[in-house]
Amino acid sequence: MSAEAVAATKTDGWEPKIVAFCCNWCSYGGADSAGMGRFQQPASARIIRVMCSGRIDPLHVFNAFLEGADAVLVTGCHIGDCHYVNGNDKTKIKYKYLENVAHELGIEKERLQLNWISASEGEKFANFIRDVTEQIKKLGPSPLKPEGVA
Amino acid sequence: MKGSVAVVGGGIAGIQAALDIADSGFKTYLIESRPSIGGVMSQLDKTFPTNDCAMCILSPKLVETARHPNIELLSYSDVKSISGKAGDFKVKVIKKVRYVDETKCTGCGSCTEKCPSKVPDEYNAGMSKRKSIYIPFAQAIPRVATIDAAHCLYLTKGKCGVCKKVCGPKAVDYEQKDKEIELNVGSVVLATGFKPFDPSELKQFRFEHPDVITALQFERLLSASGPTQGHVTKQSDGKVPKKLAFIQCVGSRNLRINRKHCSSVCCMYATKESIIAKEHDPELDITIFNIDIRAFGKNFEEFYNRAQREYGIKYNNSRPPEVIVDANNALSLKYEDFNTGDLKTQNFDMVVLSIGLDPADSTRTLAQSSGIALDDFGNIATSIENPVETSVAGIYVCGVAQGPKDIPDTVAQASAAASKAAALLSGERGTMIKERKFPDEKVLSPEPRIGVFVCHCGINIGSVVNVPNVVEYAKSLPGVAHAQEMLYACSSDSQVTIKDAIAKNNLNRVVVASCTPRTHEPLFQNTCREAGLNPYLFELANIREHCSWVHMKEKEKATEKAKGIVQMAVAKSALFQPLYKQKVPLINKAIVLGGGVAGMTAALDIANNGYGVTLIEKEKELGGKLREMTELYDGKNPSDVLKELISRVNQNKNIKVINEAKLTKVEGFLGNFKGAVAVKGKEIPLDFGAAVIATGARNFEPVGLFSYGKDSHVVTQAQLEKMLGKGISTNNITMIQCVGARNKDREYCGRTCCIDAVKNATRIKKANSSANVYVLYRDMRTYGVMEKLYENARDLGIIFIKYEAENPPKVQGGSVVVHDSMLNEDIELASDLVVLSTPLVAGENEEINQLFKIPLDKNKFFLEAHPKLRPVDFATDGVFLCGSAQAPKLIDEAISQASAAASRACTILSREFIETEGAISVVNEGRCIGCGTCVAVCPYNAPSLYDVTVKVEEVTYTTKKSKINPAACKGCGSCAAACPAGAITAQHFSSKEIGEAIDAFDKGVRSISIGKGVVEVTV
Repeated sequence: MSAEAVAATKTDGWEPKIVAFCCNWCSYGGADSAGMGRFQQPASARIIRVMCSGRIDPLHVFNAFLEGADAVLVTGCHIGDCHYVNGNDKTKIKYKYLENVAHELGIEKERLQLNWISASEGEKFANFIRDVTEQIKKLGPSPLKPEGVA
Repeated sequence: MKGSVAVVGGGIAGIQAALDIADSGFKTYLIESRPSIGGVMSQLDKTFPTNDCAMCILSPKLVETARHPNIELLSYSDVKSISGKAGDFKVKVIKKVRYVDETKCTGCGSCTEKCPSKVPDEYNAGMSKRKSIYIPFAQAIPRVATIDAAHCLYLTKGKCGVCKKVCGPKAVDYEQKDKEIELNVGSVVLATGFKPFDPSELKQFRFEHPDVITALQFERLLSASGPTQGHVTKQSDGKVPKKLAFIQCVGSRNLRINRKHCSSVCCMYATKESIIAKEHDPELDITIFNIDIRAFGKNFEEFYNRAQREYGIKYNNSRPPEVIVDANNALSLKYEDFNTGDLKTQNFDMVVLSIGLDPADSTRTLAQSSGIALDDFGNIATSIENPVETSVAGIYVCGVAQGPKDIPDTVAQASAAASKAAALLSGERGTMIKERKFPDEKVLSPEPRIGVFVCHCGINIGSVVNVPNVVEYAKSLPGVAHAQEMLYACSSDSQVTIKDAIAKNNLNRVVVASCTPRTHEPLFQNTCREAGLNPYLFELANIREHCSWVHMKEKEKATEKAKGIVQMAVAKSALFQPLYKQKVPLINKAIVLGGGVAGMTAALDIANNGYGVTLIEKEKELGGKLREMTELYDGKNPSDVLKELISRVNQNKNIKVINEAKLTKVEGFLGNFKGAVAVKGKEIPLDFGAAVIATGARNFEPVGLFSYGKDSHVVTQAQLEKMLGKGISTNNITMIQCVGARNKDREYCGRTCCIDAVKNATRIKKANSSANVYVLYRDMRTYGVMEKLYENARDLGIIFIKYEAENPPKVQGGSVVVHDSMLNEDIELASDLVVLSTPLVAGENEEINQLFKIPLDKNKFFLEAHPKLRPVDFATDGVFLCGSAQAPKLIDEAISQASAAASRACTILSREFIETEGAISVVNEGRCIGCGTCVAVCPYNAPSLYDVTVKVEEVTYTTKKSKINPAACKGCGSCAAACPAGAITAQHFSSKEIGEAIDAFDKGVRSISIGKGVVEVTV
């Protein structure tokens, strides 16, 4: 996409597409709590539920970028709260690796974010989605986005 | 002894009791007087303090009850009498005539549609009409029509008969008669609930005016399934009200009409209804006129604060004596302005009467006919130590039949009653039950045939997301063979619709687009299973919590997002394969942490149910907080109660007590925990199947507040309690309430402090009638039947003075200065002793929370699985909660909860085996390189390496391969993500399945591949 086109989309009411990986026990519950508390947020995120953030394979993250995600969020329970003892510790390790590869590929750091959100933190979840959406709106579409995807 | 129980009353109390009893291995009869179970909760729009949709959490329970193989539902039936003795009761039941054959009626509703006779609908509190032949509400269980004989044209005048003509299955039968049956059961649980107070008794409130309505009517107005589909309008002219008033305590706290009790729930339901009304219409001006606001439960105070801060709801601390109707039929209220003391008059468009809870008529008649004692208020009489035991051995009580209470307290009591009934009959466990039978799974056709069911959830989804639009979109998706909308996907009729659609369209995958799988997945999985589909062929698309509720003002974007969510679910589901659970043995023993009154009760109940318990107490002696008390609020001596309890614990062969001990390790899972306990420097291993957390709470030390710690005349309420054991000689005593509670640091209400203060003030005054006892309070929260203590205290001459949080009392040497907010002036009270009422605060819960991986709330108390319907469960299976470890509690409440936790634990301990997770990880041996990464990452030791001999052409060599123990695997999928060879599949969450969801995340993606072929999608 040309620089002008990017600039145009930025001002054109463009909505980023965000893929959020959520673990069943905490962050997915956090997204549920956001709903129960009616914490309004931009309609930019699509949640993929996994049982544990430890299930998230770096390949899934890049798959999402290659399918046109403007940002990918990796979320799970707070450290120490993992329903599966220590799945999120493993997530943390994998995330370090992901960050490095994303950097090598020229993906801005705002496009790949890690956050620990408990099942009761509905407002935090909503704020997270709002903040990321704002950040990505400023950046414009992802450089990895394939042709023909909005 | 009979291995069966009769539960009388099918509201939420009866439902919970019946489910627990049936799950523990007993045949259960659930007897409900109305045509459907569900009780008053089925009429509620939302529940406080989370504003959860009431029907959404209740409906799965209704369905579960109806489906339970060991619950026999006797709806539209009255219990005439109970006779016999514990273990062998005869219950006489009148099955009222329905004029409809329950076995033939399909609930299709054709009769209702054609019936010409209209009568006021009691489900909508009389604000709309129903037909004479009717099904009370959409989610009704059983879904069977009933003829209202008083209004039916055929039955009253011999005319019409149209329902019989239109009934396809020939279920209508005008010749039917009442039937009397006799049940022989081992135990009875009374859950007869309450009757909403009838405000026409109080003429001054002008209930005959169409715009003066009860709070229950207002609740129906707020509900999407109500008479106005959730739009609040005036009954007089259909216009939207601009100004609305709630009057609290209508039919409560009123000596003149002999309603001495506080109804416990009205302050919170008025707050809830106000918040919902404001969400519907932010311009609406709402004032709640009250005596005290009693926000005493967990998260209630926070809810009350939010109502004021975020929603601008006004609370006026006065009770208008009457509703004034002028010549133009307009409404106004006269009241005293709390801040100025002036008399004021305000006009209102609508007045809502917060009606109290009266004992149900059936409670009294049944108690009288069966010799069960009632208390002064007309509730079933119980005691502090035995809060669910009636005067007749073997008959138990729960819910509002025992005294006014909210839903979580009701649910806890219901489980407690279940525990007692099951313990009584433990020798007969399993003798009268049958196994749940499912049809064989059908053979799957190779191509996916997906059914998509999109839920309106009343207006919860439908008012934001364009549901028909999503249905049309779903129809265009590859693999979708059927798509339709539903009003409530979770209702019982919808389960029938889904099963019919599966059969008719030969569906082999099901997607329901509604709410969160965290609550509703099991319900729909069960429906699939009943239709011959493996439960793992089901997927929920969450378009409520994740869509309609969080994009309320962006309807188009929400609809687009809903389509995307459905598309992801459809794409993923196409790859689903049947999965099967395995059965593993379990350890039929429990541990209880904490040896206070809650812990001891839980241990006793589990032991009396026939299972071994280890009771772990950190102190030298059992007893906990009860040790520090010198009198119970009914006048009993706590040390007598304690002595009795401890001796029962020590004598019980099933209980092993370990003092001065601490749990140090927990591994494993539901049914098979492996732990260790440190006792006097030694660590002993301890295996158990379930655990109950009863670690209590501790007193808040108000250091630095009101000269506490500096002035020896300033003590805490807990210290006074001890002092009163010996008696005090002081003459001038001033108590200050809410010290260290209901403030910025600690937002919650201490719940027990008002009652403790009233109790101790009364003790002082009774011992020395010339003593001057003052209680300085913000709101007196002597809820429920405790109101009588408050009333007695005032009669004795104890002076209660209200202060405002912004203007707290000051302690100055021998006196306390308080700004009396009623008189609007400072008063100086000579005080030889100042008593600070402080709340209970959380104990050292962090260690246990780490051991079991169970969550804490923001005040560091334990966080239950659901604030309404799972008050003693954790989200983690096999671990339960009771007593003040959850939030501050009175002794009888802690005891109820302890029995409830025991009951929940026994539903596990009574099983013969535990089913493993179905969605576990498996190793593809061909791809496995034997590196052992999976072994290293798994916290459950599920994968292990074994030697294999591989022969490739001429070469034979030995290598290692991994295999996963299905009993140990919890299905987290960490190994699958870590495996460098891609040899591990996390079933149901495989990379392929996740990949399909990723491919489909953006509505309008170019193509999604299904199975082997690639199908083009045009949008």
